[in-house]
Amino acid sequence: MTDITPLLSDLDYGTAPEDASIVRKWLDAHKAGFGHFIDGAFTPVGETFAVTDPATGDVIAHVTQGTSADVDKAVAAANKAQPKWAKLSGHERAKHLYALARHIQQHARFLSVLETIDNGKPIRESRDIDIPLVARHFYHHAGWAEILADEFPNMDAVGVCGQVIPWNFPLLMLAWKIAPALAAGNTVVLKPAEYTPLTALAFAQIAAECGLPKGVLNIVTGDGATGAAIVGHKDIQKVAFTGSTEVGRIIRDQIAGSGKALTLELGGKSPFIVFADADLDAAVEGVVDAIWFNQGQVCCAGSRILVAEAVAPRFTALLKTRMAKLRVGDPLDKNTDVGAIVHPVQADRIRDLVQMGQDAGAVLHQIAAPQGCFYPPTLATDVEPASILWEEEIFGPVVTLTTFRTVDDAIALANNTRYGLAASIWSENINLCLDITSKVKAGVVWINATNIFDAAAGFGGYRESGFGREGGREGMLSYLKPASVKSGKAEPAPAALDAAVGLSTTAEIDRTAKLYIGGKQARPDSGYSYTVSGPKSPVGLAPLGSRKDIRNAVEAAAKASGWGKATGHNRAQVLYYIGENLSARAGEFADRLQSFGANKGTAQAEVEAAIRRCFWYAAQADKFDGAVHSTQSRMVTLAMNEPLGVIGIACPDRHPLLGFISTVLPAIATGNAVVAVPSQTQPLVATDFYQILETSDVPAGVVNIVTGPREELSKTLAQHDEVAAMWYFGTADGCAMVEKASTGNLKQTWTEVAGTRDFASPAGQGRKFLARATQVKNIWVPYGE
Amino acid sequence: MTVDARQGATTMQAAHQVPATTETAHAFNRNAGCPLDVSMFDGHAVNLSATERRAASLTTRRSVKKAHQAAWLVNAIRMIDLTTLAGDDTRERVRRLCAKAAQPLSPQLKTAIGMEGMRLTTGAVCVYPTMVRHAVEALAGTGIPVASVATGFPAGLTPLNLRLAEIRYAVEEGAEEIDIVISRELALKENWSELYDEIAAMREACGPAHMKAILATGELRTLRNVYAASMVAMQAGADFIKTSTGKEGVNATLPVSLTMVRALRDYGAETGFKIGFKPAGGIKSAKEAIAWQILMKEEMGRDWLNPDLFRFGASSMLGDIERQIEHFVTGRYSAANRHATA
Repeated sequence: MTDITPLLSDLDYGTAPEDASIVRKWLDAHKAGFGHFIDGAFTPVGETFAVTDPATGDVIAHVTQGTSADVDKAVAAANKAQPKWAKLSGHERAKHLYALARHIQQHARFLSVLETIDNGKPIRESRDIDIPLVARHFYHHAGWAEILADEFPNMDAVGVCGQVIPWNFPLLMLAWKIAPALAAGNTVVLKPAEYTPLTALAFAQIAAECGLPKGVLNIVTGDGATGAAIVGHKDIQKVAFTGSTEVGRIIRDQIAGSGKALTLELGGKSPFIVFADADLDAAVEGVVDAIWFNQGQVCCAGSRILVAEAVAPRFTALLKTRMAKLRVGDPLDKNTDVGAIVHPVQADRIRDLVQMGQDAGAVLHQIAAPQGCFYPPTLATDVEPASILWEEEIFGPVVTLTTFRTVDDAIALANNTRYGLAASIWSENINLCLDITSKVKAGVVWINATNIFDAAAGFGGYRESGFGREGGREGMLSYLKPASVKSGKAEPAPAALDAAVGLSTTAEIDRTAKLYIGGKQARPDSGYSYTVSGPKSPVGLAPLGSRKDIRNAVEAAAKASGWGKATGHNRAQVLYYIGENLSARAGEFADRLQSFGANKGTAQAEVEAAIRRCFWYAAQADKFDGAVHSTQSRMVTLAMNEPLGVIGIACPDRHPLLGFISTVLPAIATGNAVVAVPSQTQPLVATDFYQILETSDVPAGVVNIVTGPREELSKTLAQHDEVAAMWYFGTADGCAMVEKASTGNLKQTWTEVAGTRDFASPAGQGRKFLARATQVKNIWVPYGE
Repeated sequence: MTVDARQGATTMQAAHQVPATTETAHAFNRNAGCPLDVSMFDGHAVNLSATERRAASLTTRRSVKKAHQAAWLVNAIRMIDLTTLAGDDTRERVRRLCAKAAQPLSPQLKTAIGMEGMRLTTGAVCVYPTMVRHAVEALAGTGIPVASVATGFPAGLTPLNLRLAEIRYAVEEGAEEIDIVISRELALKENWSELYDEIAAMREACGPAHMKAILATGELRTLRNVYAASMVAMQAGADFIKTSTGKEGVNATLPVSLTMVRALRDYGAETGFKIGFKPAGGIKSAKEAIAWQILMKEEMGRDWLNPDLFRFGASSMLGDIERQIEHFVTGRYSAANRHATA
């Protein structure tokens, strides 16, 4: 007899422990330690480090610390396997990815339990969220492999990808990295996080079990040094990193000038905005899903609640009631809502930050949590934007609550952050929701929802939350490159500028070229001009721009943000008009080009190409639109292309007109404002061009032109925190310089050695330019009545 | 966190006593209603997708196993309104149902779970008005109240005076609980004042009998309507709000229940009255019995796991509960023919 009557009065849940015996047996079988997975097989166990279960502190495995020799071996294997893998038909690769998806489903519970033991997340989450999304990701990308040739014509795999992933969603982040890479024909060297390497190693066993060709997937375990060896390896063509903004910066710096492609998915401090007309109970549950999901160790966690003053007391009361119902404890208990923090180091970091916030006046509301590597769900009220709890990504179950008065107030507070990963908006008014969506700086926006993911939608941030997207069509683009175009010869670096007096010029009537800033012609702050040489003798003087002129130009460009809100049709009209006015003065521009030594035919062809390009980008201005992704039922998932903001552009020296037009037009067609440094040696075409801009209804500040020393001006632009992206066409050293200088605000960079791309050819225009000029905002709108 | 040392201490005293049943005096005041106050629900937002997400996570976030599961299932039995509402109901049919209500679990099973000699009945027996008399006779001495549907159940489209007369008839026949249906037409037209007046008149007609207001949520369609109609029913004096007649196209669902429970929570916060909740229609499995109890525990707390504040409207769920409890006892999966039919 089992007497149940003592249980009747309280009707507690009791415990519902997940049986972990199969996983424990597997761990036991690997007691000697794990090697790396290289070239289709596990290497002998090397020098190891311990992996612990954060909930208990028990050591559960020993994993090999990857050395640079290990990394060499892994990259060599990936390199060797890549051509053959890329040459397989899409269908063949699809079959492999499909097999991975199937095997993940077949081993779903094993992987869930292992993930929970390794990471500390509740079994409910690994079982219901992480692992199903992993399988979904491989299914989705099996599809991309199948239809790759049809959907991405003239695109090739990038090559060998070095991927470094974090500890918060160990297997899910692995899937986000590996699935698109393999689908596109790349091979991979991946390093799982030091705290949580076990599901990656289990996945390697699954890959072997599925017969994935050897060398296609290589997993090297280790710490930050191992990661640095991978991303810095000379035979890696693409680096993909998910993790902290701090490490993202280090990687950007480390591989600057290497020519490696880079995508970064970094930190966040995402706003969670609750308007007065929201379903408050729904919003409260949203907070649970936002910040008490995965112990708040979620890059896109809604960690800053902004709530309308009118409903703040009621919302706060409901939230506290809900918070009190959360169960913190054993991650393997099916009744646990909040599990263990991944590692004592992280738990200490959370404690320190919260302490600092409390010292600064924040009021904490917490529930009980067990001793050990746990942190209680925490609501911090009385948090102002000046507080450390507002600024810093805590990466723990800590949410701040701040009130706002008006819609404008809400937006100002929401965007008052260096990050821009996600936002969650709660209101029953669709007008209000979409208005806020358009204004919030975030790569992912959830309306009346939060933390919803699907392989078909892109994920990634604005600002210092990184660049590049994972998932969907936009994610595939990060693992593809244009099929090999003939690469031209690098231009020589332009000679040093001469700003002394004494050189005669040849014009009949002297013409004064100025800078063009904020819609006005402006003299350079330096007060100097430099000599512009012709084929035989100097042909004129150009203003010698300096960092102060860049400062002024960026300020003017930042003020021109209305351009990004104009309709595509409006922008198209302006671009057509530029083409019309350029056409009217075609002869004059051809003459100018000839004055630099171009022959008549070449000069006329360049002007003609420039006019066509005006029309092409005018045509695209209202057509380069987004998509509606097929994600979940009763859900509209919009992918909208948004301008980046201010783009700095350093133009190539050759093709002084076409190089300028080809880079500036796609940027402004998509709504950005530009600060352009035209051809250093032949700047007078660009200074002529501002007369075209003036007569073509281009609003002030949309195009700014600063002539002068390209390298110096580019550096100022690349360092400028208001500049969202930097395009640089110059020397190899300059490419490295720009990438290094970009780390301040982690701006997107596009660097090329000038001359390698022929701007007169079809390679000088295209959708790729437009894609470079935009970032995708994925907007999730559930519906139903 | 909620499972701690406290449990052992408090349950020792209560070890041989099933907690409060409908026989015991109510520890709280009966809902007196209040004047119609539209501001308590006008403009109250209920987001369908978000409500569905929460409803779905209720049962994935919580799990009740083994002895706890058996205890929760026994508790569910205490809260069942064992129901027959069929055109072919007869006196004998009702007597059989009543016999089951009085002994919902076989003595052997009760003994096996430590409940030998303890009172265990369903919360009530629920029948049509003309069957009330038979039920009252059959249940004499059991302490089980008889509930009657009334007011032109299930459509509620007979004239108001007849609907009120039907209530009075059922009460006179001996019903202690009346399950009324609201006029969906008035709710769909948002004619809240007329709806309020009708329900208030029904409450008056009920007299001492407790009134459960059936909203027929499947016909109200939107969750906002469900919330508003819940509020009007409570303001007009409903003791319980109930989802469905069991005859609509869509019966009790967790999202609708969540919305109604939040309404009664909000009404309670405003007025201080505790209102009961009764999901009904289509609830057949032991698993569902657990799901709704989780909902009540998470949203409201332990008090709403008693029959004075929660009922299941169900006819066939009891059979599945019996099978599950037998499985708990024997470790073997059970079959329906091993348990007394209702």
